[in-house]
Amino acid sequence: MRADLEIIRNWIEPGSRVLDVGCGDGELLHHLQQHKEVSGYGLEINADNITACIENGVNVIEKDIDTGLSSIKSNSFDTVVMTQALQAMHRPDQIVDELLRIGKECIVTFPNFGHWRARGYLAFRGKMPVSKFLPYTWYNTPNIHFCTFKDFESLCVERNIYIMERTVVDNEHRHRWWIHLWPNMLGEIAIYRITR
Amino acid sequence: MPEIIPDDSVGLVQPEKILFNQPLELACGRTLDQYHLMVETYGELNEARSNAILICHALSGNHHVAGYNSLDDRKPGWWDSAIGPGKPIDTNKFFVIGLNNLGGCHGSSGPNQTNPDTNKPYGPDFPLMTVADWVNSQARLADHFGIEQWAAVIGGSLGGMQALQWSIDYPQRLRHCMVIAAAPKLSAQNIAFNEVARQAISKDPQFHNGHYYEQDEVPKVGLMLARMLGHITYLSDDGMRDKFGRELREGKISFDFNPQFEVESYLRYQGERFSTEFDANTYLLMTKALDYYDPAADFNHDLPAALKRALCKFMVISFTTDWRFSPERSRAITDALVEAGKQVSYAEIDSPQGHDAFLIPIPRYMEIFRAYMKRVEADIPKTSGETA
Repeated sequence: MRADLEIIRNWIEPGSRVLDVGCGDGELLHHLQQHKEVSGYGLEINADNITACIENGVNVIEKDIDTGLSSIKSNSFDTVVMTQALQAMHRPDQIVDELLRIGKECIVTFPNFGHWRARGYLAFRGKMPVSKFLPYTWYNTPNIHFCTFKDFESLCVERNIYIMERTVVDNEHRHRWWIHLWPNMLGEIAIYRITR
Repeated sequence: MPEIIPDDSVGLVQPEKILFNQPLELACGRTLDQYHLMVETYGELNEARSNAILICHALSGNHHVAGYNSLDDRKPGWWDSAIGPGKPIDTNKFFVIGLNNLGGCHGSSGPNQTNPDTNKPYGPDFPLMTVADWVNSQARLADHFGIEQWAAVIGGSLGGMQALQWSIDYPQRLRHCMVIAAAPKLSAQNIAFNEVARQAISKDPQFHNGHYYEQDEVPKVGLMLARMLGHITYLSDDGMRDKFGRELREGKISFDFNPQFEVESYLRYQGERFSTEFDANTYLLMTKALDYYDPAADFNHDLPAALKRALCKFMVISFTTDWRFSPERSRAITDALVEAGKQVSYAEIDSPQGHDAFLIPIPRYMEIFRAYMKRVEADIPKTSGETA
């Protein structure tokens, strides 16, 4: 199991109602169903992922997250999860508002654009960073709204969002003690647990 | 006729007519003291009787869902693309039942069948049916086969509405419900199209208030018009453009009212054929059952409240260019199921074929169908005592 999913798993109460927004092949929900008896749904737009979810016994609903969240009732889930999708949204700020409307709390993960490698790439090569972890070029990337940890935390302050827990990991989703010395420089992926 | 019967076909099949003697009370207040249901079955019922799938048909469908009734058949059953050995509804694993609904015109009790009380065709005196009535009659059919719980109830369009009704009316009796290209109720526009179709039939001079059997006539023109209109709503604008465009049959316009555009002759051909194969009274009855369908009505028009009773898992599927029952209608069903806390998956298939797409083996559609049927199979209890 992906290490970030491992961390998320520990933040989810057994038996709760979970919505996984951008659920991929349903790995997290499948695991939560098996081990935590959560009832949940994934939202997904990719056809192959949707088929994989159905094969995995995960409830999946085909939906465009940018436009489709409004039909979901307020406060209808205990936890809403969104992993590695925030940066691909048209309006991440409005999406975060929506996630917190639907769920009592929300877990988001996103890549840190303030990581030293991204900074170095831009500073020394003068070009938008391309890496194994984020392999796209600027014109074809689905990731249209990159931010740093600091940017995200400013948004939380501005919107009165309370950060319950946060952690940072490297691009293989591993914890490294030294990351925490300077997370915005050394951490590649942020995992936030937020509420209002 | 098929040159040879393909390996993934259920092959040659024979329908069976089953008599039911226990009176069936109907929503309209009347009772059918006895009735027949015409059915076809494919595959083998397992010992625990737990691998049965019910296929509910749409407006003009019937019991002949898959395979061939004779080697002279021009085409196989109406959903042959989805049912057979190795197909999404795999007859090596499931026992599949197709039936002709009450009020139909293919052998089940209906307007064109003999009323045992009068020894004449029922005609317009056959009671109007509702989706819930059909589901009740289908539950009797399950009893007849000793099937306590369906592995799945599956249907498209009006068939999908029956599947959804099953989940509400007999929650204990199905493990999975597949609702394809359906709607939780008809819109005013849907009803309007149905009304034009009904007017076309009932205003045909050969309709004789539905007593045309005695006159040895059929309201051919009315039925043809109704079908032509219906057919337009089954296709999409894009689909018609791709299929017919503005192609002319003779290459030039002829300044008269003969059919010149390909789409005109196509619709005439479809209408013509339908008018010789289908019964006008049945068409009227089926469109009324559609208009009346509204499972939320008994629950204060609260669809999630209606679906709260359901115990099965759901798969809902829609098609992007379907404007008869658009994806929005299927999303409403899905949203209500989520709100009711039910297990549901939803897929929206990109296809140019409009409402008709649900009968077409579109690769992504078949892939989802296959994946979901694996879940249905995995949920088949192994012993007769156990229920999922």
